[in-house]
Amino acid sequence: MALSMIQALNSALDVMLARDPDVLIFGEDVGYFGGVFRVTDGLQKKHGLNRCFDTPISEGGIIATAIGMGAYGLRPVAEIQFADYILPAFDQLVSEAARLRYRSNGEFWAPITVRAPYGGGIFGGQTHSQSPEALFAHVTGLVTVIPSNPYDAKGLLISAIESNDPVIFLEPKRIYNGPFDGHHDRQVKTWADHPLAEVPEGHFTVPLGKAAVLRPGRDVTVLAYGTMVHVAEAAISECGIDGELIDLRSIVPLDIETITASVKKTGRCVIVHEASRFAGFGAELSALVQERCFFHLKSRIQRVTGWDTPYPHAFEWDYFPGPARVIAALEEAMEN
Amino acid sequence: MGPWTPDIAPDDLRKGLRAMLLTRLFEDRMFRAHRQGKTSFFLKSVGEEAIAAAQSMVLGPRDMCFPTYRVLAWLMAREYPLINLVNQIFSNERDPLKGRQLPILYSARDYGFYSLSGNLGTRFVQAVGWAMASAYKGDDSLALGYIGEGSTAEGDFHEALTFASVYHAPVLLCITNNQWAISSYAGIAGAEETTFAAKAIGYGLPGLRVDGNDFLAVWAATQWAVARARAGLGATLIEFFTYRAAGHSTSDDPTRYRPADEAKLWPLGDPIERLKQHLIRIGEWDERRHIQFEAEIAEAIRMAIKEGEAVGTLGKSKPPVSEMFEGVFEKLDWRVLEQRRELGA
Repeated sequence: MALSMIQALNSALDVMLARDPDVLIFGEDVGYFGGVFRVTDGLQKKHGLNRCFDTPISEGGIIATAIGMGAYGLRPVAEIQFADYILPAFDQLVSEAARLRYRSNGEFWAPITVRAPYGGGIFGGQTHSQSPEALFAHVTGLVTVIPSNPYDAKGLLISAIESNDPVIFLEPKRIYNGPFDGHHDRQVKTWADHPLAEVPEGHFTVPLGKAAVLRPGRDVTVLAYGTMVHVAEAAISECGIDGELIDLRSIVPLDIETITASVKKTGRCVIVHEASRFAGFGAELSALVQERCFFHLKSRIQRVTGWDTPYPHAFEWDYFPGPARVIAALEEAMEN
Repeated sequence: MGPWTPDIAPDDLRKGLRAMLLTRLFEDRMFRAHRQGKTSFFLKSVGEEAIAAAQSMVLGPRDMCFPTYRVLAWLMAREYPLINLVNQIFSNERDPLKGRQLPILYSARDYGFYSLSGNLGTRFVQAVGWAMASAYKGDDSLALGYIGEGSTAEGDFHEALTFASVYHAPVLLCITNNQWAISSYAGIAGAEETTFAAKAIGYGLPGLRVDGNDFLAVWAATQWAVARARAGLGATLIEFFTYRAAGHSTSDDPTRYRPADEAKLWPLGDPIERLKQHLIRIGEWDERRHIQFEAEIAEAIRMAIKEGEAVGTLGKSKPPVSEMFEGVFEKLDWRVLEQRRELGA
């Protein structure tokens, strides 16, 4: 059955609530109301007030209590309403969740999942559009997962909840209701006829740390995640360059083998993400590819990213790295 | 010591006295070990020992304490092996935390002692989460969180009280008001405007202000809050009024920011001396037994340090370097594996 990403995420939470009494879901507006994006819709009614509940507006408190619950032995799934608002919880994530297992020599750990809608393309301005994944990737001890379609969203979220490590689960909000290829002036699509919107019922997992080669190609490796997977896919099909599109799915753990195998084959690499460029996750990808594939590279590695500015409201489509910029990078990668 | 003071068995009083004395003598000995270069860092809880000693005894084996770094008496009251402390303080090959954590930031799950970190206030809120989990599971175990009076200024304090109140969490939230946050007196954290206990009112929680240098008062207040929490009536905020008689740590000189004789002039006295006098007054103790007691404790400490020194002190012995790479995640990922190879560990 075709599901939207929201329905797929809801299904993952529903499955895990039914399957494991230690799973609890909480966050701002997630209980009675079902979440501002409806991801937790109906879960409180079905599973009860103790399993899915509203919290005070306190991101630090949400994550800290989740860590305490996780250390006790539960598997809390906390929602941060927008990834932009996760920073009050940053201390808890960085200083506590990420290091608890290490510093206690395995006496305590934090098997928590932190869901947060992220990314732009919805005219959300500075406070509803950011892509903070590099902040988390830099923190030793955190897993960072970013799905790009309903099938992966469900399978990865179940894996995240079952993981004994703390997982930051970033949901690209622009593609909650349909794939978005960056052509913002065109008709909005739904997930209805997308092959990866076919989501099995019940329990299944997509492993953390395994990238997906969504489109094999010979000319150039394109590394992307989240919304930008769809933008890159559109760019490849529009420019006629035989790009190999890799959806990273999780940036930590990173599937370095799939990346290096592809770049060694194509000899070219374009990295695409929404977040700003300087010290963004693309910088790490670029360094890794250079270190591991230097003698296979036929052209310099390209990065297509947001600009190094705050997320600008009226200039959303000037900021957002759309298909035209991806095509320009693909062409440049092919030229030299 | 009012009429509310519960009848505590003399054996328990002596056990509490032992935990406090053990803490004081051990910390004194390890502080000197720092001066001798045997460890990188140390701090003492002189004057505050009654709080954790009594609370550790009132709470049960399945309750969890979310400590600060000045509550070693909790572990001493539960007879945590001294050799484990020594090995961690020396960061030697047998360090129970494998050289990954600072000397005094212990973790002892089996002793109801949550993993310490150097971040102030962060675990105060986690205690509430633990308590919420316990309540959710229908478990009657409690959580106890400690925070210094200085750290009540952190957002974590507000978050903990808000969540504890909203969810009726079975948790004891304890402020150890020892008057000093390194060099800042309690007034910098708001002590001249109101009491820390009074902050409970705004959250709809009961707030107690207790003489933290009175073992019996700590015991009684804790027992009250524990009974309340176990009955499902929720959280209690307790301010323990005490005094940090030593410096903050090995890294500061308290005479630079407060009068040198302030500790001596502290009106609430020394908690060890007070409990000792109480025991003598009720006919359960005398000076001769006390001297013998001290000698036994000193000998136990001496033996533990000797054993630890035989393994090695800071820099003379350490866990295998491969331990540096363990425990980052449940399973090692390729980065860590590659880097371990790169280091040749």
